Amino acid sequence: MSDVAKTLDASGLACPMPVVRTRQAIDQIESGQILEVISTDRGSLQDIPAWAESTGNELVEKEDAGDRFTFRIRKA
Amino acid sequence: MSESGVSTKPEDGMVIVCWSGEIDKVWPQMILGTTGAAYGMDVTLFCTFWGLFTLKRPEVGITGDNWMTKMLGAFNNERLSHLNFGGAGPKMMRSIADRHKVAPPEELLATAMELGVRLAPCQMTMDLMGLKREDLIDGIEEPLGAAAAVSRMQNAKINLFI
Repeated sequence: MSDVAKTLDASGLACPMPVVRTRQAIDQIESGQILEVISTDRGSLQDIPAWAESTGNELVEKEDAGDRFTFRIRKA
Repeated sequence: MSESGVSTKPEDGMVIVCWSGEIDKVWPQMILGTTGAAYGMDVTLFCTFWGLFTLKRPEVGITGDNWMTKMLGAFNNERLSHLNFGGAGPKMMRSIADRHKVAPPEELLATAMELGVRLAPCQMTMDLMGLKREDLIDGIEEPLGAAAAVSRMQNAKINLFI
């Protein structure tokens, strides 16, 4: 597992902001680096993986802690 | 390819014809528009008829040059498509959205602009409502007609009418 280059805390944000902020955050890292996203929006469980797949970025980890979700995405 | 490795081919365009100015429809216009931009799509919000109100400076009223266009000024107030209750509905909807941390349409509009979403006012609607370019907010595109909008739709993978 590579180190996390950047962490985005999207806690408390509702649809569509976790995905929007994820996009803005991934624009700030280099290709191959990992972005970690923390969200409390349940929709993110579907939205972040769907966004990653459609944009060609790789979802390497998804953690569901019940009310807090963590994603690690490798930038394409 | 953009810097995030997202393809920006013309067929990756999204056009939303924003026809409604009712707050419960402006919300999905803004939510889907900003999400499309987050996907790296070239997004246009073509704001026509009541949807043009979203791009109007808040202090500008519809004055018009005759009694008919003046009457359009009655639509200056915020409305919901359902459960409007004479204007109480939108206030309740905003308060519920705020409690659920849903960003208000104004904030989503600002985010859309930040993400490079193209906000295109409809020239014909501007003429109908007696609105000039300076009556609209800054940071938007030059007014378009139906043909320019259709050209973008032709190149867009996703076309929506809200």
